[in-house]
Parts: sequence; structure tokens; C-alpha cells
Amino acid sequence: MTHFVILEGVIAFFLIAGGAFAFIGSLGLAHLRDFYMRLHGPTKSTTIGIGCILIASMLYFWVTEGKPDIQEMLITLFLFITAPVTAHLLAKTGLHLRLPHVDKTRGRPVELRREEVGEKPVPHPDKGHG
Amino acid sequence: MIKPRAWLPTPLLSILLLIVWLLLVRSAALGHILLGGVLGIVIPLVTRRFWDAQPHVKKPWLLLRFVLRVLKDIIIANLEVAWLIINPWRRMRPAFIEYPLMLEERFPITLLANTISLTPGTVSANLRMDGKSLLIHALDVGDEEALIKEIHERYERPIKEIYEC
Repeated sequence: MTHFVILEGVIAFFLIAGGAFAFIGSLGLAHLRDFYMRLHGPTKSTTIGIGCILIASMLYFWVTEGKPDIQEMLITLFLFITAPVTAHLLAKTGLHLRLPHVDKTRGRPVELRREEVGEKPVPHPDKGHG
Repeated sequence: MIKPRAWLPTPLLSILLLIVWLLLVRSAALGHILLGGVLGIVIPLVTRRFWDAQPHVKKPWLLLRFVLRVLKDIIIANLEVAWLIINPWRRMRPAFIEYPLMLEERFPITLLANTISLTPGTVSANLRMDGKSLLIHALDVGDEEALIKEIHERYERPIKEIYEC
């Protein structure tokens, strides 16, 4: 009996933590100052938010159905693969469109001044062009 | 006799596909293991032409250690970024940083860029056309040199060791 109570507590903890992180990530997306800073919210906090909710879900179904179910790990895996790629593409697009950034940002990337540096693309290992 | 290299060019990918298949069907019956094994062999062979030639993983156990370390860093990074967002007295010091790349091949660079995006307050923004430096946007950075050094020691060196390129 008592260990169900403890498990319920753990599950509730993960659910609340997950919800809080997802919320903070979205809050960052809404109120940070420029495009590049806003990118950080959804790539990081949301990842751990979803992770916590999935852990809670796995625990819950493990307890209620009696057998472990790690299928939901797949969601985490796919998220880890796609989140950074999305962030990279968004940042690249932002640079390409030369979106403004807050003044206190240090570093002046050439991308925001000129189109692209270097003449040749990264050499392709198969074809060896470049 | 066909050489293993010919029909199993990427053993790690095959194993990953098998695991994903078993998780998707939610069963570990012999039939599904066989089917997953066949898929794990056939899919890489069929889609091979779309892939870049990947350097072989020379030290799988280092890869495992690297993944664990990155997972730990992701959790820490999440807490840091969450704190930065909700702390009303924060003074963020965003910066664009040019990170000089030591890696040369495409796949390890991709791995490094994705790792950077997932960890401490940094998003990789652009890989320069010449493939020699990576533009990083950091949310809050005090010392740029220290950050570059940390990424170099913590992520790039292990990746280089894993692939020995």
C-alpha cells in the first residue's frame, strides 16, 4: 500500500517537473529579446520537459499494467535527433535573413555582414568535389 | 563467401534499427527479432546511396561514455537555461562565437553541432562553407575562450577519438 503512495508521488513529481520545464521553455520562446535567444527555450527546456512527462507515463503504465514498457523511449530518441537539427536550420535561416539581434550581443559574425565566407563547400567524402 | 563489410556496412545502425523495431512492435518474440534483423540489414543497404560515407566507429565503448556524458550535460543545461529564463534579475550576456573546428569529416561535425545545440546554453548556428569553423550562438557566456576550450575538451576530442579521424 505505502509503496503505491510513494510511486504516485514520484509520478506526480515527474509530471509537474515536466510541465514546469515545458512551460518555462515556451515562456522563453515568448519573452526573450531576439530571435537567436528565443531559439534556446524550445531546444533545451522543452526537451527535458517532454523527457520528464515520458518518464512519468512509463512509470504509470508500469505500475498499472504490471510490465515495463519502454516504447516511449523512442519519442525521446526521435526528439533528440530532430530538435538540434531544427534549431540549426532556424538559426541559419535567421542569419540568412539577417534578423536583428540585441545590441549587447558580443561577436559580429560575418554572416550578418556578408553572404558567406570561403569559396568552396565542405569536400564531399564520396565525390571529392571542392 | 560475401564479406561482412559488403552486406553489413554500418553495424551500429543495424543494431539501432533492430532495437527501434522491437520497441515499435512492443514484443521480443523470435519472429520479430528475425524480422527486425532483416530490416536492420536491408534498410541500410537500400538507403546507402543517400548517405554520406561514414567513418567507422573505432571505439564503441567511448561512444557509450560520450552519450552518457552528453545526457548528463543536457540535464544540467536544461536547468541552467530554465533558471536564466525565469530569473527576473538575470543579466544575459548573449554572444556569437566562432568555434574553430578540428574535425574534418562531415558526420563527426554533424554529431558535434547537434551536441552543441543540445548542451549548455549554446545553439550551433552556421557551419561555414569551408567547413573550418562553426558559428555558435550562446545565451549567457562570460568568457568566450573558456567556452571554446570547454567544448573542445569535452565534446570534440572524444568525438575525434571515437572516429579516429
